[in-house]
Amino acid sequence: MSSDHILFVDHLSMRFGGIVAVNELSFGAERRKITALIGPNGAGKTTVFNCITGFYKPTSGAMRLTHDDGHTIQLGSLNDFRISKQAKVARTFQNIRLFPGMTALENLMVAQHNALMRASGLTLLGLIGAPSWRAAEKNAIDLARTWLERVDLLDRADDAAGNLPYGDQRRLEIARAMCTEPALLCLDEPAAGLNARESASLSELLLSIRAEQGTSILLIEHDMSVVMEISDHVVVMDYGVKIAEGTPQHVRDDPKVIAAYLGADEEEAIAVMESGT
Amino acid sequence: MQASRAPGIAFIFKKALISALVALVLFSLMIGVRTEAGPQGLLVYETRFGDLAAMVAAVFGGSIVVELLRQWWGPVGTIRVVPPQVTSTLAVAGRWVAPVLLVFTFLVPVIFYDQRYILDLGILVLTYVMLGWGLNVVVGLAGLLDLGYVAFYAVGAYSYALLATNFGLSFWVCLPLAGILAAFWGVLLGFPVLRLRGDYLAIVTLAFGEIIRLVIINWQSLTGGPNGVSGIPRPTLFGIPLDNSDNGLAALLRIEFSPTHRIVFLFYLILALALLTNWVTIRLRRLPIGRAWEALREDEVACRALGINTTTTKLTAFATGAMFGGFAGAFFATRQGFISPESFTFQESALVLAIVVLGGMGSQLGVALAALAMIGGFELFRGLDQFRMLVFGMAMVLLMIWRPRGLIGHRAPTVFLERNQAISSDLVKEGHG
Repeated sequence: MSSDHILFVDHLSMRFGGIVAVNELSFGAERRKITALIGPNGAGKTTVFNCITGFYKPTSGAMRLTHDDGHTIQLGSLNDFRISKQAKVARTFQNIRLFPGMTALENLMVAQHNALMRASGLTLLGLIGAPSWRAAEKNAIDLARTWLERVDLLDRADDAAGNLPYGDQRRLEIARAMCTEPALLCLDEPAAGLNARESASLSELLLSIRAEQGTSILLIEHDMSVVMEISDHVVVMDYGVKIAEGTPQHVRDDPKVIAAYLGADEEEAIAVMESGT
Repeated sequence: MQASRAPGIAFIFKKALISALVALVLFSLMIGVRTEAGPQGLLVYETRFGDLAAMVAAVFGGSIVVELLRQWWGPVGTIRVVPPQVTSTLAVAGRWVAPVLLVFTFLVPVIFYDQRYILDLGILVLTYVMLGWGLNVVVGLAGLLDLGYVAFYAVGAYSYALLATNFGLSFWVCLPLAGILAAFWGVLLGFPVLRLRGDYLAIVTLAFGEIIRLVIINWQSLTGGPNGVSGIPRPTLFGIPLDNSDNGLAALLRIEFSPTHRIVFLFYLILALALLTNWVTIRLRRLPIGRAWEALREDEVACRALGINTTTTKLTAFATGAMFGGFAGAFFATRQGFISPESFTFQESALVLAIVVLGGMGSQLGVALAALAMIGGFELFRGLDQFRMLVFGMAMVLLMIWRPRGLIGHRAPTVFLERNQAISSDLVKEGHG
């Protein structure tokens, strides 16, 4: 096990009553790399995400997050909002969860809540309009502007998020997650519902985030063209257990993966896998 | 949307017929038959089928008129055809409403100096404007439905009344204390309801309002129970009393004493308090805490994913709203000079909530207009006696047909890069409780 894992999931299990959604799952996400979590529908990928980001308390197992300075945090011991605040894990949602009645810019400002809260002296400095607060607010707007530019939404900054087209909303959600300045970015099906051109620009965006911000990325994705293109490491799940992991190339040729995705029909499997490259 | 435009005559007729049928069933016993004690004490009844027929006919005709009006003006969900000139004129007028209203409010005591009734009404309207603005923080911004807001009003009023009568503290010392105490009770209410949403939140806050009232009624040794607290000191202008004494304001300024001085002073006092509420709220909206409130109303799960502590965010919303309620309560106590639990019934909570909802949740100007319409308009129809409630109800129904999101439904963004454009009410969420 190389020590440069930003996240290590250790024998994670999650049961809902009698249903075992995730069973003894172990995998690592390497620092400054893109790790993809794939698998057929109902494999338990989103459950893993919800455990990592604190929305579920896992039945057993541990999730360790190691920051760049070597500081290790047990994610299981933190409450929901602290995962983002202290462990610096940001996430997006499978069904987009923006603040639809707020503008794109406001969405990005809300994401900087904790930093701004400190700068506004828990509201008191902000209420009297202290210069330090004004400067902090300006910086926050600049950061938001930078991210709007990165996701190509600068001209829609003052439009309500709910009014944006679907693809723009997906990108805005990623920008919003990045505005929390995370160490680990968890994306739940970021390419869902995007057309080929939008998927390609999404891949570019994710690669640039990894390169420029040095953010580690963990993503769930069904769009194999995106997964194969950008992932450094792929973990395949089925029925709550890990069935394969390795480089995209390695995983793609694994017969167990092909069987999981397509049942026993091998010819069909090969045909689809080839079209995916 | 286009497809469902202009339903035919048959549809309108059918709808009117159904309404008339419902009216017939409802009114057949209420209006059609009247029972009275006869000469020997026996119950006799008379039939009034003529009146019944008139009512049913009125409902039938009214239904057709409403349906035609809806088609002409366009309810929600259809495209409104309003000439662009009208729209732009309205937009210009909209920009001027707030400043004009503010200047007018400042001038009310000057214009209506001799009309005590108008001044009293103005004070009443402003009290409700302030309460509406306070509740707006909780309901309009944070999206937490609070049916027990009157509890904080009561806490503020009793705080001032008891501190002033028992310890002789002045109004200006008690005012912040009343606000702090009310905020404290806001946090106390906030804790148990943190996990509740929607209907459940509404029920618990409703109960909280009743609990406070019942405690006040039954804790006789402290609050005087149903007898209330009397002899509450009148406010002073920073120590200078506004009465007929030798060291009163009139004597100091060497002008003739008039009881109107105190009324005018009260008017400006509540105006200042209301404007303070407004200023703080507008300010808070642009601060991270205010944005977190609105984000909470939009999507609580997303808030948690962004590292926002939803617990403290909700509690601060409750506390801030309660604090303004407490200020308003202290003002109420000093204005009345006497308070009793009867002033703090659920009716008050409902009225303030109606003001917030009618005004358009989250809109400061909307709430002010709604308070003016609800309190002032209610007075306006005083001449109509028992039909007052009917007019009131009718106005509510009409408003809910044409303006279901309140008078001012759109939301103004708190920060913008280039264009400050309002957000349509269709996108803004109402919160889940």
